[in-house]
Amino acid sequence: MTLTAPEAPYYTLSVAGEPGGEITLRVQGRLTLDNLTAFLAALEAEVARLRPQSLRLDLEGLEYLDTAATLMLQRVAADFREGGTPCEFVRLSPEARRMFALLPWEEFFAAPTPAPKKRGLPLERLGDWTLNFVADVAELITFTGGLILELLTVPFRPRRVRWPEVITAMKRVGVDGLPIITLLSFLLGLIVAFLSAMQLKQFGANIYVADLTAIAMVQELGPIMTGVMVAGRSGSSFAAEIGTMKVNEEVDALATMGFDPMRFLAVPKVLACLVVLPLLTYYADLFGILGGMVVGAISLDLTVYTFLKQVQGSITLFDILYGTAKSLVFAVLIAGIGCQRGFQVRGGAEAVGAATTSAVVASIFMIIVVDSAFAVARQFLRPYTFV
Amino acid sequence: MPAAVTGSSQKLATPFQGREPVIVVENLTCAFGERVILENVSFEVHRGEIFVILGGSGCGKSTLLKHLIGLYPPAAGRIVVNGIDITSGDERALARMRREIGVLFQSSALFGSMTLGQNIALPLEEYTDLPPEAIDLVVRLKLRLVNLAGFEDYLPEELSGGMKKRAGLARALALDPDLLFFDEPSAGLDPITAVGLDQLILRLNAGLGATMVVVTHELQSILTIAHRVIMLDKDAKGIIAMGDPHDLKEHSTDPRVVNFFHRRPPEG
Repeated sequence: MTLTAPEAPYYTLSVAGEPGGEITLRVQGRLTLDNLTAFLAALEAEVARLRPQSLRLDLEGLEYLDTAATLMLQRVAADFREGGTPCEFVRLSPEARRMFALLPWEEFFAAPTPAPKKRGLPLERLGDWTLNFVADVAELITFTGGLILELLTVPFRPRRVRWPEVITAMKRVGVDGLPIITLLSFLLGLIVAFLSAMQLKQFGANIYVADLTAIAMVQELGPIMTGVMVAGRSGSSFAAEIGTMKVNEEVDALATMGFDPMRFLAVPKVLACLVVLPLLTYYADLFGILGGMVVGAISLDLTVYTFLKQVQGSITLFDILYGTAKSLVFAVLIAGIGCQRGFQVRGGAEAVGAATTSAVVASIFMIIVVDSAFAVARQFLRPYTFV
Repeated sequence: MPAAVTGSSQKLATPFQGREPVIVVENLTCAFGERVILENVSFEVHRGEIFVILGGSGCGKSTLLKHLIGLYPPAAGRIVVNGIDITSGDERALARMRREIGVLFQSSALFGSMTLGQNIALPLEEYTDLPPEAIDLVVRLKLRLVNLAGFEDYLPEELSGGMKKRAGLARALALDPDLLFFDEPSAGLDPITAVGLDQLILRLNAGLGATMVVVTHELQSILTIAHRVIMLDKDAKGIIAMGDPHDLKEHSTDPRVVNFFHRRPPEG
């Protein structure tokens, strides 16, 4: 059995007639997308050289032409006619005849090019943007309201919650995040201890490295770092998961089956974060302090006992509660924003990507803002801690 | 004295042959791991015809199609497309073959972040040296060919299912492939839209002379468009009938084929 590959494209362009007079151009061969640009350039060069009064394109030897070649031949002829040079096709090969019959070309060229969609004046766009922004904020407020209502009903109607989903989410947010949080908090404790040790050594106040590390970890770095990690790991995955469900109409399916998507999808995730985030924060605090202790034991000649004794004296119950409160607020923020961005998705794959990014950025931004608010509030709650 | 400008690689023309094979499949076995879907399948697709692969759900139609376009490697056997052996393991041969075919996927697979115009322009920009104005013109032509003139600036999500299929077809046509593959073209379309798409396929086949391989189980569509069909069967793991669909409908004695063409569920 023989199989022939399609012919490689090639063309021959030959000229009959005197420059400035009636010119016949014979086109032979196979014209495809691959040699079309070269052919058009050659044709243009010939025409520029010969300056014909009228032009005839003889297509008898044209064995094959694709739609693009057909289009460009027709376009060239139409351009000549528009420029006042009579131009016609003669002796069409069967292939050329078939392709030329594809469309009413004059009508095709005469049809107005569709105007690109209007982008609008700057003021119009500002208006659009503002309206979108307001709609976004309204959506966010509606979502937050709905979420809070659902959460408030949980203690009264615990059986409405899908607890297996909560457990799965807890595992994904918490247990699966342990290795990276262990590593990061340990290193963070190490860094804080090193930094403070370099300064405190000058005053012979080595022992206070323990205080600094413990206070920094428990009050600020532990909650913030855990929050940022969970936002990056889980907030993003909530947004992507719900966004993809939205694209696949799964969210619509839930709603049609009579389930509230908020209760079904968002509430378990928020509850899971509420349980897991404080635990992860304590865990991060612990490993941060351990990191500091390693520095103390190795480079500051502090014994483990001294270090831990000092840590014990420096942290109060209030500090731990303060960190816990922060992590609870972060939990609601991260899970809420992640789910809300997911529900916002309209369109396709790109919208899911945008929602994921936006979930992480917004969560981290809110974490920092809320943390600052906590820092200010703390001054009023317990002023003497700063004395 | 006639002046002559000559392009590269002169070759003699081959005359148009009605029976010239463009796809040759020899003893193809398709399997996922241990699970064999199709065994020892051999057939040919001829230049210019509309060739339909049909069969009930789960018989391996789409799997066969994905083998033909080189997405899945075969467990055994040979597939030659347009003179290129795509089962030789040569990545460059595969890439060359893919440049010469167009595929309309079941879900249209238009890129959601691009307008229709950009979807169609993408292969033209990547594979040809056409200037932007010419590309715009070609894009307009392709959209006109599938009756979507004026929809250049629409995003896929703004289109109906039938329009998406046609836009997907326009993208498959972008590089003027002489071989087109359709995976369930009328799946998910209403009967009227499906008939419209069948007419479009017939019109393009006649107008462009492209060879078309269509996977479908829509009986009406098969009887309208197919020049030749092969019927696959799940239990036989291969071809149980081949030929003109009207012939098969009237004269086949195989109960499986008769059941399919007369919409009868199998007994027992």
